[in-house]
Amino acid sequence: MNRTIDKRAGTAASHAPRGTRPARKPFRLPRANYAGGLGAAVWLVIVIVPLYILVASTLQTRQSYLDNGPLSLPSEPTFDAYRTVLEGDFPRYLLNTLIVTAACAAIAITLAVTVSYSIVRTRSRMSRRIFQLFLLGLAIPSQAVIIPVYLIITELQLYDTLLAIILPTAAFSLPVSVLILVGTMRDIDEELYESMALDGASQTRILLQLVVPVSRAGISTVGVFSALGAWNGFLFPLILTQSPETRVLTLGLYDFVGEFRVDIPALLAAVVLSIVPIFTAYLFARRQLINGLMGVGGR
Amino acid sequence: MNREKHPSAPRTGRPGIAWAIPGALFFLFFAGAPMAIVGYLSFTDWNGLSDPVWSGLDNWSRLWQDDGMRNAVWLSLLLTALTWLTQTPIVLLLGVWAAGRQRNRAVLSAIFFVPLLASSVALALLWRTIFDPNFGLAPDIADFLGLESADLLGSERGAFAAILFVTGWQFVPFHMLIYQGGARQIPRSFYDAASIDGAGTVRQFFHITLPQLRNTIVTSTVLMVVGALTYFDTVLILTRGGPGDATAIVPYLMYDTGFKAFDLGYASAVATALVVVATAASLLLVRLTGFTRMRSTREGL
Repeated sequence: MNRTIDKRAGTAASHAPRGTRPARKPFRLPRANYAGGLGAAVWLVIVIVPLYILVASTLQTRQSYLDNGPLSLPSEPTFDAYRTVLEGDFPRYLLNTLIVTAACAAIAITLAVTVSYSIVRTRSRMSRRIFQLFLLGLAIPSQAVIIPVYLIITELQLYDTLLAIILPTAAFSLPVSVLILVGTMRDIDEELYESMALDGASQTRILLQLVVPVSRAGISTVGVFSALGAWNGFLFPLILTQSPETRVLTLGLYDFVGEFRVDIPALLAAVVLSIVPIFTAYLFARRQLINGLMGVGGR
Repeated sequence: MNREKHPSAPRTGRPGIAWAIPGALFFLFFAGAPMAIVGYLSFTDWNGLSDPVWSGLDNWSRLWQDDGMRNAVWLSLLLTALTWLTQTPIVLLLGVWAAGRQRNRAVLSAIFFVPLLASSVALALLWRTIFDPNFGLAPDIADFLGLESADLLGSERGAFAAILFVTGWQFVPFHMLIYQGGARQIPRSFYDAASIDGAGTVRQFFHITLPQLRNTIVTSTVLMVVGALTYFDTVLILTRGGPGDATAIVPYLMYDTGFKAFDLGYASAVATALVVVATAASLLLVRLTGFTRMRSTREGL
């Protein structure tokens, strides 16, 4: 199948000393993976048709959508649907979501960095246990604990606040974050720690001046990851908040179903608007996200 | 590497366990403690407002005899099995393809990625519109599939197939990436050696790529299993468990019992059962992939 390994593959792995790479042997041209190429082409269609429907529908008026159906080309494109959505409560939902997303990413990064640093560098049974705790946590479905989380949030008198969404969402993004960062930090050379320690650097300084800069790629991945999770979170907001003041985008979308029952272009425009910010961020942080996701699998 | 195992490894420059405590406690508070509490609540009768009342094994014996629950477990297992069977071949094919060199990868991966970036809610709304029997494409799709009813989501099989398809549509890119990462780590020399021995592409795939992806397959499988056991947003928006209870999988049943019927004690028993299954899957992940052995990914390269 594929016989080439991308030189840029996996930032961490590519630091490996491979010696001098022998010059590419002239007789061995990369063989094309026809089956895979065909599959990718089919998948492209499967992905792109619904996305086309999504965008094309939002550019129509309500009436022309109902008359012509989802596959029609918008003959007279209009942004009315977007105007309808943006003049409603959408901006407030967007603001709430931004707050939740930023807070979750900040908490996840801070805690995951310190935890991973300790896991990688502390040689004790306890640190191994903590790593196992997070690995187990990978598989705890948030649905399974939503009832006690609801109880805890109510007891803390946080019900129907943004904090009610932020705290559990951040907690549940920790396992993946720790897994990613442990993977990154494992590859830092022992000598670097030693020379800093010999210079008399404190643990805090080692963390801030060695570990954090070297793990930048992993940290951005964690940021993107936890932000994505928080942005798209639905269950925690659904159960832990109630009033329009604390409503986030996903919940707002869910409510639009009732509000825009017959205005499908507006409904789908809200869907598009909810994807645009995260898609823009993705275009900038693409490499981070992809490397991070690829690292999850291991070999 | 050897240095770390050496008994006289320097102890200077090592942080204490204290660095891990805040994060671990925070996680335990919102994920660990709730696991214990949900177990406790499963032995109580609780409507969410008054205090939980101890009711012994009532919920559990009820769970054992509940036909709705039996149906939900069956549907969840069926969904999990079909998810694995349909998605694994696709992601294996696409992931290995994407690990190779090909043009336009940036553009393609951006397009493939949109479903992964959007929330389940947004995607479920999109598909609900597409599957709408009056204004959507449902009649055409039903025609194509040879279904009698034009109302795809209104038929039991159609609704179940829709859940399977929409969740697959959303998560294939994620697993594709995991496989892409795994395939890229296979040492190139393996393929060189195989070519010299005269092995063709197909043989190379089955004798090198597939065995080398063993851990990737395990990881992806467990993530698929845990994922499929917990699909919820899509079901809530696309089918609301219906028609009848044709798509009422375990998490949906739990939500329905707990937060619609306010029978939180019984819902806790359902949730506990879910935790047990998901944790078993996770243990399998840890065991089979040897993540805990703290091996650097560099080794063996």
